[in-house]
Amino acid sequence: MTIPISIGVTVICFALIYLAPGNPVQSLLPPDATAKDIAELQHAYGLDKPIPVQYLIWLGHAVTGNLGISIQTNRPVLGEVTRALANTVPIAVISAVLSFAIALGLGILAATRIGGFLDRFSTGIAVLGISVPSFWLGVILVIIFAVELGWLPATGMGSKGSDTFTWFRWSEAKSAIMPIIALAMTPLGILMRTTRSSIAEVLGLDFIQTLRANGLGRTAVVVHAIRNALPQILAMFGLQVGYLIGGSILVETVFTWPGTGFLLNKAILSRDIPLLQGTILVLAMAFVAINLIVDLLQTAVDPRIKRG
Amino acid sequence: MSGLSAITDTATADTVVAAVASARLRGYWGNVWQRLRYDYVTLGFLALIILIVLSAVFAPLLAPFDPNRASMAHRLKPLFFRTNYLGTDEQGRDMLSRLLYGGRTSLLMGILPVFAATIIGGLFGVVAGYAGGRLGMLIMRTMDVFFAFPSVLLAVAISGSLGGGMVNQLVTLTVVLTPPLCRVAETATSQIRGMDFVDAARASGASTMSIVFNHILVNTVSPTLVYASTLVSASILLASGLSFLGLGVSPPTPDWGLMLSTLRQAIYVQPVVCAMPGVAILVTSIAFNLFSDGLRQAMDVKA
Amino acid sequence: MNAQPQRPDDRGGRAQPMLIAKGLQRYFPIRGGILNRKVAQVKAVDGVSFSVLKGETLGVVGESGCGKSTLARLLMHLLTRDAGELIFDGDPVGVPNGLPLREMRRNMQMVFQDSYSSLNPRMPAEESIAYAPRVHGMARAQAKDTAWDLLRRVGLQPEHFAGRYPHELSGGQKQRVNIARALALGPRMLILDEAVSALDKSVEAQVLNLLCQLKRDFDLTYMFISHDLHVVQYIADRVLVMYLGQVVELGPVEEIYRAPRHPYTAALLACRLTVDPADRIDDPPLVGDPPNPVNPPSGCRFRPRCPHAEAVCEAKTPMLNEPVLNEPVSGPWNPHAADHLVACHMAHPGSGHSKAMH
Repeated sequence: MTIPISIGVTVICFALIYLAPGNPVQSLLPPDATAKDIAELQHAYGLDKPIPVQYLIWLGHAVTGNLGISIQTNRPVLGEVTRALANTVPIAVISAVLSFAIALGLGILAATRIGGFLDRFSTGIAVLGISVPSFWLGVILVIIFAVELGWLPATGMGSKGSDTFTWFRWSEAKSAIMPIIALAMTPLGILMRTTRSSIAEVLGLDFIQTLRANGLGRTAVVVHAIRNALPQILAMFGLQVGYLIGGSILVETVFTWPGTGFLLNKAILSRDIPLLQGTILVLAMAFVAINLIVDLLQTAVDPRIKRG
Repeated sequence: MSGLSAITDTATADTVVAAVASARLRGYWGNVWQRLRYDYVTLGFLALIILIVLSAVFAPLLAPFDPNRASMAHRLKPLFFRTNYLGTDEQGRDMLSRLLYGGRTSLLMGILPVFAATIIGGLFGVVAGYAGGRLGMLIMRTMDVFFAFPSVLLAVAISGSLGGGMVNQLVTLTVVLTPPLCRVAETATSQIRGMDFVDAARASGASTMSIVFNHILVNTVSPTLVYASTLVSASILLASGLSFLGLGVSPPTPDWGLMLSTLRQAIYVQPVVCAMPGVAILVTSIAFNLFSDGLRQAMDVKA
Repeated sequence: MNAQPQRPDDRGGRAQPMLIAKGLQRYFPIRGGILNRKVAQVKAVDGVSFSVLKGETLGVVGESGCGKSTLARLLMHLLTRDAGELIFDGDPVGVPNGLPLREMRRNMQMVFQDSYSSLNPRMPAEESIAYAPRVHGMARAQAKDTAWDLLRRVGLQPEHFAGRYPHELSGGQKQRVNIARALALGPRMLILDEAVSALDKSVEAQVLNLLCQLKRDFDLTYMFISHDLHVVQYIADRVLVMYLGQVVELGPVEEIYRAPRHPYTAALLACRLTVDPADRIDDPPLVGDPPNPVNPPSGCRFRPRCPHAEAVCEAKTPMLNEPVLNEPVSGPWNPHAADHLVACHMAHPGSGHSKAMH
C-alpha cells in the first residue's frame, strides 16, 4: 500500500504548481527573470510538453534529490529543507514523547477511576488540549514566561542563532521549552482520550473480569489491560509524531523557530512555490514513512494483525 | 398450538407495552432527543453554541462601534477603557465589536466547510461503500492519498498554493475535511450493505435506488453526522490557523485568527487584550467539542 | 397434501416440481497481489442438482461452510450463478423468454436467520413488512392492511407490534416479523436459512409450530436450511446433505435418518446429541476439519476424513445420479419422491469399491 500512496502524494505535490494562480513558469521563477531564463526553465522542466510527461520529468528530478531552486534564497530547496528538518524533528519528537508519557500516566489513572476526581481532571485537560489553538497557546506562553516573568526567551533558537544551537547548553536549549509545550498540548489531549477509552474498554472485557474473579491483584489486572490496549495507543502515538512534524508550522511561526514550518511560512509569504512544493513533498513522505513504521511495529506488538 | 404460542409470546410483551408505549412511536430521532433532554451538560453547551451563533448573526445590532473605525489616539487601550469594554486593537478599533463581527467569519469557516465536506464526502462514501468493486476501490484509494498528509500540512499546501482569501480558504478546508467524512460514510455503508435486511430488500425485487434511500441512507446518516459534528471544532481551529498565517480573509475584515496574528506584536503592551481572540476561539471550540461528545453518546445506541 | 385444492397461481400442476436446480455452480475468486488478480477460487457451490416438490419441506443440512447459505442466495438470485439452470414451476428463471426475475421473487421468498441485521433498525415492523408490496406497486394503505393482517397471522397483535422498532422486539418476535415480511408478496415457496437456529429452544419450538401452521394455511413449499439435525427431522419430508459445496445424499427423511448410506451422513447423524446418557458416544464419529474448499481433494471430497476410503475414491468422483436400488432415474433433478440418492462409491454397484454392492 505504501508505494501507490507515495505515488499519489507526489502527484498532489506536483499539482500544487497548477493550483497557484498564473502561469507555472511565473511561479517557478523570480519576477525579474529574463526571457532566456524562462525558455531555459521551460525546457528543463519540459513545460512545453503534455502534463503527464511534465510530471514524469519532475518526478525524475525529485527522486534524485533535485527539488528545484528557492526563488528567495537562490539555494537548492533540498538543502533548505534538510537544514530546517534538523530543527523540527527534535522538538516534534520531544513533545510527542512528553505528551505520550503524560497521557499514558493520566489516561491509565483516569481509566481505573472512571468518574473520580482524577478522571474529571484529565478529561478536562484532554478537552482543553484538543480545543486550544496551538498558536494561541504559544502566544499565551510568551506573555506569561517571556513578557511577564522574563524566564524564557520569547522567540528564536538562542542568542547566537540556529547555526551554533546546541541542546547541551541551557542558555540555548531553554528557548526550545515553550515551542515544545505548545506543540505537546494537542497530542496530549488526543492521546489521553485514546488511552483512557481503550484501557477502560479492555478493563470491561470478559477476560479481565475472569482475572479479577480469579483473585488477581488490581495492579496486575491493569498491567494486563495496558498490554492489550498498547497497540492502539502506539498507533495513535505514531500518527501524532507525524502530525507534529507536518503540523508545526503555526507554533514555529509564533516562536520563529527555524524549522520546516517556519520555512513553509516564509515560502508562503514570499510566494516561493518551489520551496513550498519541496518542503511539503519531504514532509508528506516523512509522514508516509512514519505510518509504515507504525504499521510494522503494530504487527510486531499485536499478534492478531497479520499482513499478507 | 401456534395460537397458544403466540399468546405466550405476546403476553410478556403486553406488560411492557405501557412502559415503552411513548418511546415506541417516536422512532430513532425521538429517542435521541429523549436522551439529550436529560443531558444537561450537553444542553448547556448547545445553549452556548446558540448564544455564540446569535451574537455573530446579530453583530450589527450588538456591536457598540463600527469594527473597522480606527482611531490613532486610542490604540491598544486596556479592558474597560471608557466604552471600549474589551479595549482597542493596534489601530484603535473596538475589540468587542471586532470579536462579534469576527465570529461571523470564524463560525462560517467552522460550519460551511464541514457541511460541504459532509455532502461531497458522504456522497462518494455511499457510492464507494454500496458499489464496492473497482469504483469503490478507486474512490477510497484516492482518499487514502489525502490521508497521507497531516491535516495542517495539507491545508497549508493547498492554501499556500491557492493564496489567501475567503473562497480559497473555504475550498481548502472542504478538501481537507472530505476524505475523513468519505471514509466514515464508506465504512458505515459497506457495513449496512452486508446486512440481511438489505438482502431481504433485494430479494423483494426493490430497485437499487429504493434500497439506497430506504435502507442504506437512513442507517448511514447518523454515524456520518455524528462524525461531522466532531469536525466543526477542528475546522474552526484549522481556519483560524490559516488566517493566522495570512491565508484567510484579507486584513480589514475581522477574523479571530487574523486578529491574533496582527495583535501579536502588541503582547508587550496589552497582553490581556491580545489574548482575547484566542479566548473566543477556545470557548467556541470547547463548546462544539463537548456538544458533539454528548450528541455522539445520545446517538450511539442500537436503535 | 394432495387433498388440498390447487392454488390459482399453480401453473405446472401438482406433479411439476416447484423448483428444479440443475448443476448450480458458484466459485468465489480470491484476489491478491499488487494487480488484484484472481489467484484462486473457493468452490462454494459446485454442481448442485435437486428439486423441491410442491407442498413438501426439503431440509438442507451440512457443516458450517459447506455452501448452504450460498446455495440459498443463489436460488434467490442474491448472488449470480456461474453455471446451472433454475426452473420454477416449469419456467426457466433468468433466461430470455423465461420467468422474469421479478415474477420469480413474488413467488419465492427467503427468511433470514434472526440476528441484529435481519431487520432494518430504522423501520418499524409494519414498514418492514409493507416494504415489498410497496415496491411491487401496492398503495400505501393497502400495504399497511396487508402488514397488519400478516402480523396477526404470525401471532403478533398489530395494535401492539406494528409500530415497534427491531430493538423493541424479542428474538422470537423479530423472527415472526421476518416471516411475515417474507410472506408479504404472497409467495408459494419459502427458503428458510437457519430461520430458527439463533432462537432459544422453547421459542424455537413455537416458531417451528408457526411455520407448520403457515405452511398449511398458505399451501406453501419450504426449503429448510439448518445445521440442527433434530429440527430437520421434525419439519422436513426429504433431506439434502451437503459437503464442501456438493450434494452427497438426498432422500426421504425417515430413510436417511434410519439408514444413512453416505459415510458423511452417517457421521453427522452420529454426532447428534442425545438426552439418554446410555446412548452417549465416546469416539468422535468425525475427526478433523473439512478440507479447504479452495483446493478440495480429488475424487470424493470426503475421502481424507472417510474411514472407508480406497484408491477408487481418489481416482473417480462419485456421482449423485446413480440409482441406489437399480431404479431407472434420469438425474437427481427429477427424482421420484421416494428416491434415495447417494454420491458414494460404496453405494454404487460396480464402482470398484470393495464394499460396493454387486
